[in-house]
Amino acid sequence: MIKIKINDRDIEAKEGTTILEAARAAGERIPTLCHIKDMFPSGACRMCVVEVKGRPALIPSCAYPVEPGLEIKTNSQRVITARRMIVQLLLASHPFDCLTCTKNGFCELQSLASEYGIDRVPFKGATRHHYTDFSSPSICREPDKCILCGRCVRICEEVQGVSAIDFTRRGFNTMVLPAFEMDLSETACVNCGQCVLACPTGALHEVRVIEKVMQVLQEGKKHVVVQAAPAIRVSLGDFFDLPAGSNVTGKVASALRRMGFKKVFDTDFSADLTIMEEGTELVHRIQEKGKLPLFTSCCPAWIKFAEINFPELLPNISTCKSPQEMLGATIKTYYAQKEGIDPKDVYVVSVMPCTAKKYEALRPELSSNGMVDVDAVVTTRQFARLIQLYGIDFKTLPEESFDAPFSTSTGSGDIFAASGGVMESALRSAYHLITGKDLAKLEFEDARGFQGVKEATVNIDGLELKIAIVNRLANARAIAELVRDGKSPYHFIEVMACPGGCAGGGGQIFGYEPERIQKRIQALYQIDKTRDVRLSYKNKPVMDLYKDFFEKPGSHKAHELLHTGYNPRTTKE
Amino acid sequence: MGNTDQAVLEKKKPLEEVVKKYPASRENLISILQEVQDAYGYLSRESINGIGRYLNLPASKIYGVATFYNQFKLNAPGKIQIQVCRGTACHVKGSFELLETVKRALGIDVGETTKDGAFSLETVACLGGCSIAPVITANGKFFGRLDKKKVEDLIAKWKQGGVEE
Amino acid sequence: MSGIFIGMGTCGLATGAGKVKTAVEKWAQAHSMKLPITPTGCIGYCQVEPIMDVVTDGGVRVSYSNVTPEVADFILDETLVCKNYKLDGILGQFRGPKSPLPGVPFLDEHPYFKKQVKYVLRNCGVINPESLSDYKAAGGFQGLEKALGMGQQKTADEVLKSGLRGRGGAGFPTGKKWAMALANPSDKKYLICNADEGDPGAFMDRSILEGDVFSVLEGMMIAGFAIGADEGIVYCRAEYPLAIERLIMGIDMLRKEGILGKKVGKSGFQFDIRIKKGAGAFVCGEETALMASVEGRRGMPRPRPPFPAKSGLFGKPTIINNVETLANVSHIMREGAEKFASIGTATSKGTKVFALTGKVKNTGLVEVPMGMTLREVIFDIGGGIPNGKAYKAVQIGGPSGGCIPTEHLDIQIDYETLKTVGAIMGSGGLVVMDEDTCMVDVAHFFLDFITKESCGKCIPCREGTKRLYEIVESIVSPYSKMASEEENLLRFNKIMNMEELAQVIKDTSLCALGQTAPNPVLSTLRFFKKEYEAHIYDRKCPAHQCKGLLKYEIDTNVCTGCTACARKCPTQAIVGERKKAHYIVDEKCVRCGTCADVCRFGAVKVS
Repeated sequence: MIKIKINDRDIEAKEGTTILEAARAAGERIPTLCHIKDMFPSGACRMCVVEVKGRPALIPSCAYPVEPGLEIKTNSQRVITARRMIVQLLLASHPFDCLTCTKNGFCELQSLASEYGIDRVPFKGATRHHYTDFSSPSICREPDKCILCGRCVRICEEVQGVSAIDFTRRGFNTMVLPAFEMDLSETACVNCGQCVLACPTGALHEVRVIEKVMQVLQEGKKHVVVQAAPAIRVSLGDFFDLPAGSNVTGKVASALRRMGFKKVFDTDFSADLTIMEEGTELVHRIQEKGKLPLFTSCCPAWIKFAEINFPELLPNISTCKSPQEMLGATIKTYYAQKEGIDPKDVYVVSVMPCTAKKYEALRPELSSNGMVDVDAVVTTRQFARLIQLYGIDFKTLPEESFDAPFSTSTGSGDIFAASGGVMESALRSAYHLITGKDLAKLEFEDARGFQGVKEATVNIDGLELKIAIVNRLANARAIAELVRDGKSPYHFIEVMACPGGCAGGGGQIFGYEPERIQKRIQALYQIDKTRDVRLSYKNKPVMDLYKDFFEKPGSHKAHELLHTGYNPRTTKE
Repeated sequence: MGNTDQAVLEKKKPLEEVVKKYPASRENLISILQEVQDAYGYLSRESINGIGRYLNLPASKIYGVATFYNQFKLNAPGKIQIQVCRGTACHVKGSFELLETVKRALGIDVGETTKDGAFSLETVACLGGCSIAPVITANGKFFGRLDKKKVEDLIAKWKQGGVEE
Repeated sequence: MSGIFIGMGTCGLATGAGKVKTAVEKWAQAHSMKLPITPTGCIGYCQVEPIMDVVTDGGVRVSYSNVTPEVADFILDETLVCKNYKLDGILGQFRGPKSPLPGVPFLDEHPYFKKQVKYVLRNCGVINPESLSDYKAAGGFQGLEKALGMGQQKTADEVLKSGLRGRGGAGFPTGKKWAMALANPSDKKYLICNADEGDPGAFMDRSILEGDVFSVLEGMMIAGFAIGADEGIVYCRAEYPLAIERLIMGIDMLRKEGILGKKVGKSGFQFDIRIKKGAGAFVCGEETALMASVEGRRGMPRPRPPFPAKSGLFGKPTIINNVETLANVSHIMREGAEKFASIGTATSKGTKVFALTGKVKNTGLVEVPMGMTLREVIFDIGGGIPNGKAYKAVQIGGPSGGCIPTEHLDIQIDYETLKTVGAIMGSGGLVVMDEDTCMVDVAHFFLDFITKESCGKCIPCREGTKRLYEIVESIVSPYSKMASEEENLLRFNKIMNMEELAQVIKDTSLCALGQTAPNPVLSTLRFFKKEYEAHIYDRKCPAHQCKGLLKYEIDTNVCTGCTACARKCPTQAIVGERKKAHYIVDEKCVRCGTCADVCRFGAVKVS
């Protein structure tokens, strides 16, 4: 421990930490804009500057390691003047449409302006301009609002390994743009939305859908139903001042019902359905010496990533649709039939922690008989907005359950939102499919955890199954390269594009906070633990669905409605 | 610093040949961009994508580097590329007015090319010819100790018969 | 045997040295004389280039200035045929082992050279930069030999003892920097020579590279040896094609000689050098931005710590030295630290090369001992202000520096002293300004430069310098006819913010480009406040430079109505009938001055 002084307080700081980290640990507030937790400091925004005794200029606390004897002032006049001026400078280049901006109330620049009591902007002159890019089905870019913090660029490059956008030009004219300043939809962007989470202002946000959903509900012409993803129940609380990872499952259902959806379904149900199909597929490939390793397919960002970068591996990817799509397809066929509703009149909305799901819903393969499986995708953030718009008092909502026939879920379905959750669920069921028995211990500790790559060898009655679980696409790229080059030892690989899995998806509350994601994941495993039924093949309504409609996993009908295909994809050059 | 060797431009050496001089490593990106610009006169979109394939780098990274540095042109240059030096010594000796004169004589702004493709205009921070300020270059050739009339005459001469070798 | 030397650096070539060479060759052919022509670099007296030296039969070398092909013929006739040396335009004879020519002045007594101390530039303009044997004959590579014999630590100590400080502008003690890198163990270290020389108005490094490239290469080897690097990189700006050519040639020759690329002698030291061309970014003169550029990235600086000596290029310990710094090193090692330390002031040892340009009679490169006054440099060496104009200021340190007015002309050139007047040593650019220079325009010019060259990474520089520029722009820009009260108020508001903004930019910018960006404004504000006030309150430019504040009017008493001006006006701002007095519409006038040039009657008045 190193002894330093911050604002005349004696502080003990851990060796190897920066002044910023030490100050935060000691409860001293230092604002940042370009800083990303756990990533190498950029030093670009200068908001974190502090005064250090003996140094002539102000020091960026994010980049300066603690040394014994440092005397630091985080709130001297000089520091506050500097920080205020930096905010004023940012405001001088920024459009002043806060009141109509999607980020109103969530914008970090807005918060800083308020925190530092900015009452005027003394500079008026040139601003940067680039057209607003509406081309992508998931992400909307408003470069005019960009403050060039670089967080999106770094996340896209270092965490996701995609680099769809980068800094271009130089000096005041610098802008974060795709190559050749083309539309985002023409680039290698996979719609994961991590950039949206990282963006402190309204420069990046998800494509609007609230108005469309409200209109459909209002018109009353369609039979509007909704499904909610596993992640939502442990993430929605973030918007209502609840601690991270609070389980609000019952409120999710009641809130959706209050909005006027005819039926409120649980995507966890179809997660179990997915396991049945995918588990069967895995066992089939193992036993019939089919294409291995098998990659999971529930993450649409991963699918697009593979289509662009690893077209040769497409046969390795499971043909299973994702849970939202499986449920959508089932609703428009089985459910519509059962209720005697014309499928054309059924409108399926899904609430997802994900922006790529918006893109997924529009994939031409994901429709049958001219009808898309899912009509509209709402992110967790947009869901919170809807709750606000409808004047629903979240705190006093009762706990309700989802609607039959798609309401029951097992623990296996719940953990889908965690990185390793799909794998764990699949293994639990695969065990049964191969041995006919039930697993004794259902937890696969090796599959759990926030780190980007997890590997294990699982013994299923003598069969050694080598598995890998990756989250963050840069890791997916590395594993995929191994497979492509014939160097991979794996049989089954789970891929989720977002850090920690869907729990850290691009549709969640803004900000990149690993602890928050981890709390959500913990909550999910906790829900799993408390379930009576934790095995997908024991989900009775799922079994009934097969009996009544699909016959059995992998049947012809299942393949028609619950499976899909992939195509190599090029970006515009 | 453009190389408008018409023969090379016309021959259009394939990109693979131009880049293979450098190992396929990120650190050679700028040298490769310089080499490709020397070969083709500017950096076209095809060139940038080709370099991306060679180096296994996303096009956004290459575009980001190409737009950062003054040297790189992303639009085809004119047959005669004029650079007006805007260094301190040249400024003090009147290069700003010189630039305005050139702009008027050619009818284009900085960074543009005339419609007939004959001339393109750039400014440079400093060419190092401070002792003979103000300086302009045409296709790399230095012309110093200029004034408004001298520059108008030069441009008129070039319009007729190009820059002498 | 007779011989000819011609200064063929970039400025020599730009003034026609190439044609002179052809003329000499023709003359030699016509006179059936074997006349070897040796090209040299720039001796520094760029004002009078092309410069040609004739070596007499007696082996004495005499230098002549302002040589054109015709003058060359004349000189050759007079000197080689008629043995008459004292000609118009003579600069002087070199001192050498042979008996001097009687009655002929010495080169080192020429007023331009008299007060100069040629330490680092001793070979430029004298030897053939393309000849390794010439370089060795002048003592080349003895410094390296000594260093190899002394060992790494002692070499760094020797350079530390000499007091050599970074000549790129920062002035950090070179020996100390080397010792820091030496102390960091690593499997790989790099020595980078910063030849980016981005300061507009500076060409010292270019001339050294063109005129004495081996001194830089040897300096790199000594530095590389001292820190434990096996690889050197020269980062040279692409705008210097001749310098790059010389570097390529120099490295090639040294490789052929086995000095580069192979173990040198018994020491086991092996070093190789490669070249990386800059791509047009002033910010890449900054250490960390330079390294980013070498790595193939956008040239954006990064915070320090970690310092390059610990973690630099590709994360390895790296030392970056300026060209002039490295060129000094071989002489320091060969002649000893004391000789270097005997020149200069207490804290600033040795000499400094300056590029003296602007409104001064003798423009060119000068090398002076630290401690000489600016007055001596500008007036004694530079010859003072031409055209009878009055001295106003000298800009030192480029866009990071400041302007020094008459009252501080006697300041000693020293790293510390210059800071006391709000300037910095910089890389060596000295731009002289006279009474016709507008100091507010100077600040405007540098801010324009900085905003264009800012990398855009950090907020204070990217946004702050732009706003600073806009404030100064509002001071020099046109008088608006509408709502002038409101505009004045806005302008005053902005100006009051200017100092606070400048201070924040200085305090918080990520790199030296931003930290020093406000210097020209602060410096001109400090010493030329009256000029600012004239611009702000009176809306006039006392030096008649700021076009926006000039007013072009036609004197109706003089105008004959010939319509010449109206026809030439690029914005059709002049109205009038033939034979009737014309009138300039102020709103349309862009102050280009064409009408004033064209009018044969002097009817256009500028105020």
